[in-house]
Amino acid sequence: MPKKQKIVLVMDAKAVERALIRVAHEMVEKNKGAENLAVIGIKTRGAYLAERIAKLIEQIEKVKIPVGLMDITLYRDDIQTKLEQPVVQKTEVLFDVVDKVIVLVDDVLFTGRTIRAALDQIIDFGRPKNIQLAVLVDRGHRELPIRADYVGKNIPTAKDDRVNVKITEVDKEDSVSIIKQ
Amino acid sequence: MKLRSRHLLALEGMSKDEITLILDTAETLKEILARPIRIVPTLRGVGVVNLFYEASTRTRISFELAEKRLSAEVVNFSASTSSVKKGETLKDTVRNIEAMKIDMVVVRHQASGVPYFLTQCMKASIINAGDGAHEHPTQGLLDVFTVREKYKRIKGLKVVIVGDIKHSRVARSDIWGFTALGADVSVCGPTTMLPLEIEKMGVKAYSDLDQALEGADVVNVLRIQLERQRGSLLPSLREYSNKFGITRDRLNRLNQNFTIMHPGPINRGVEITPEVADGPHSVILDQVTNGVAVRMAVLYLLSGGEGKVE
Amino acid sequence: MNNYEKEKGVVSEFDLAIVGGRVIDPESKTDRIADIFIRDGVIKRIEKPKSKLGAKETIDAKEMIVVPGLIDMHTHLREPGREDEETIYTGSCAAVAGGFTSVCCMPNTHPPIDNQETVKFVYEKAKQAKCKVYPIGCITKNQMGEELTEIYDLVQAGVVAISDDGKPVSDPQVMRNALEYCRMFDLPVISHCEDLNLSGSGVMHEGFVSTSLGMSGIPSVAEEIMVARDIKLAEFTKAHLHIAHVSTEGSVELIRQAKKRGIKVTCEATPHHFSLTHEIIRTFDTNAKVNPPLRSKKDVEAIKKGLADGTIDCIATDHAPHSIEEKDVEFDFAPCGMVGLETALGLVVTELIEKKILSWSQAIAKLTINPAKILNLNGGRIKKNFPADITIIHPKTLWVVDPTKFQSKSKNSPFGKKRLRGKVFCTIVGGEVRSRE
Ligand SMILES: [Zn+2]
Repeated sequence: MPKKQKIVLVMDAKAVERALIRVAHEMVEKNKGAENLAVIGIKTRGAYLAERIAKLIEQIEKVKIPVGLMDITLYRDDIQTKLEQPVVQKTEVLFDVVDKVIVLVDDVLFTGRTIRAALDQIIDFGRPKNIQLAVLVDRGHRELPIRADYVGKNIPTAKDDRVNVKITEVDKEDSVSIIKQ
Repeated sequence: MKLRSRHLLALEGMSKDEITLILDTAETLKEILARPIRIVPTLRGVGVVNLFYEASTRTRISFELAEKRLSAEVVNFSASTSSVKKGETLKDTVRNIEAMKIDMVVVRHQASGVPYFLTQCMKASIINAGDGAHEHPTQGLLDVFTVREKYKRIKGLKVVIVGDIKHSRVARSDIWGFTALGADVSVCGPTTMLPLEIEKMGVKAYSDLDQALEGADVVNVLRIQLERQRGSLLPSLREYSNKFGITRDRLNRLNQNFTIMHPGPINRGVEITPEVADGPHSVILDQVTNGVAVRMAVLYLLSGGEGKVE
Repeated sequence: MNNYEKEKGVVSEFDLAIVGGRVIDPESKTDRIADIFIRDGVIKRIEKPKSKLGAKETIDAKEMIVVPGLIDMHTHLREPGREDEETIYTGSCAAVAGGFTSVCCMPNTHPPIDNQETVKFVYEKAKQAKCKVYPIGCITKNQMGEELTEIYDLVQAGVVAISDDGKPVSDPQVMRNALEYCRMFDLPVISHCEDLNLSGSGVMHEGFVSTSLGMSGIPSVAEEIMVARDIKLAEFTKAHLHIAHVSTEGSVELIRQAKKRGIKVTCEATPHHFSLTHEIIRTFDTNAKVNPPLRSKKDVEAIKKGLADGTIDCIATDHAPHSIEEKDVEFDFAPCGMVGLETALGLVVTELIEKKILSWSQAIAKLTINPAKILNLNGGRIKKNFPADITIIHPKTLWVVDPTKFQSKSKNSPFGKKRLRGKVFCTIVGGEVRSRE
């Protein structure tokens, strides 16, 4: 018998939309415009969020900002302990990162290891002016000294809870829920 | 999707899906080679030995580059500089390497089956970099990769391999690789260099070059070993060149947009004329570049196989 | 002495009795339940079951098959020279464990058996052996294929045949002379048929497997061309030619035709050549590297057909011990040969008798009376006044081959983990039990 799971919806589509709009505004505000800004989304869901945020910024500031997509598989620190190697997906950062303000975008901030891998990878592409971090959900339990500059929603969780982020582009709806074990 | 084995010994028996996984991974990794910093930390802490019992600068450098691009710890061990000359057996060498706690071994040897032999006596993942006239799977993969990159497909292409099929490990790996992905493969060479029952590998065999080239898309020209003349398999290289040399005149039998390949090193003017080797249809240098990406993919996919299940 | 005899105060007339077994003597076409009584190393009486005769020791052979002691006419015992691989003593232990009461040892030792002294050395060592050992002498000095050995000397010292086994006699003139000379002594010349130029650097059968593994092949014709040559020479010289380890379809056919034409040619096949094909080389198991090589399925079928129709007279092991160090190397560099004394009978039962290729009587003939006749040995019979060399077989026992348990000093067998039917229960040499399960 599988254990009874409890699913709690914490953000619906409307809440996700509001959070992204707020984050986009905060970015523009913090960086005093969008002139030197670029966003890089971490695959898979962070990539779609990055594209949406770029569009929102475009609406606010009327400028197009570069969007990059990044797969961090090759920079993971657990690659030798995996039984099966994860499929490496394309990393597409087709603009020069040097001296740009890069905002990394991901869906959930948890241990911080994914972000560490992404930071290493960006630095291998060049030397940005600075790197900021935007996440839809911060669920706590960091294992590295990493914090987000922009947070859609802080959600307290237990370590073994699962946070399930759904994005219309892949999951046919926008929502965030917690699955309690 | 994952590879069924933690070793890469041969392309014989590999499924279309497995080969496709390696090619897709190589395609992604090829992008790294164009970055400002062409190195990723993926195999940090992974020890790889390049165990070469046969001189092969090209293959060894290609593997070494692939290993270094993935940040592996690389040790080169070649027969000329090692204890092999002092009469140490392969088994002893292997035991020594095993004691060094190595994770992967890339092996090149003049005897068929040596990579398999290594899997029986050590824990490391074994990658065959060419064993006798048996197989050279990474060469087969990079050939298929290069053709797929150009045509965006393999299925239905007509591939002709020309040369000393009997003694060629490249021919065997190419045959298995291309046929697994649905190409129509032919081999062509002097009858003394076509091994018995080669048709059972799923290919057509010709000793008339013009007939073999009719309607072909890809021609892979093998290097002719100069010493074969001595084994009386060939009366002379001059005669070989006249009957089997790939010259511009012969190319009009091929399909438009045809491709010329060669695993290198080339004997210019023997199996292929310089104008064809350096001509617009030649992908010989792409093969070299792709070799690194394909080998990176193989190293990546075979590493870390002994992890715990999460 | 059993209790009945003790009470009656009868003194046993016999040393050993084998009672209740199914006795097969191919030569007399005997196949019936009978009791055998042995005294002074000789078969004295063969009686209907439940006879009242007594013996000092009785072996209950109920459910067993009792046959003449098996004779292996092609064994490599490695002594003198490679005692690390096998000695005459350890080889004889392997022989009796496998049901063989006699083995004929090939002369490719170091030094080779090409002179009287070495023949005497073998006989001297054989005194301690568990079975009878008959040496075979060389055809040419040092097996160089050039000068004939002193064959008359060798015959006087007791060789039962001559052979340069391991190597062919490449020069046809030398082979002609050997055959012609041996006709004087009615001595068979055993030929290892191989054209060395054709086999070249080959390490396995040339066919689809060698093609896909990229290994140098030994073509069938390398054997057949020599079989054809030697048959022609036997016809020409009217001498007795025995062809060792026949392995190809073409060789079987050449011999079949030669026999039809009345040429004095006999031959043998090994258990591995009727049990295994070149497909096994796909695992690069050097224990499966033998000379002649394991051939194709078609060849294996032809060997079985040749055994069934009598073209192939004998089953011989070509027991060839090699050390682990020598075999645990690259396939190309490993020496040829596998041990065979302890798996031969199981393979005969499993591959030939169970599969109805041969009857028990036919199979046993190829392991007993046929080699005895070819080599003029006193044996191969269960008959009154014949030596009490007897093998008792448990025909139904299923067992798993475990080379580490072999009596042979060497363990180079590709049959490890194979399940075989038919096991030796007891081997009796000269009336003495030399091996018992
Ligand atoms: Zn032989």
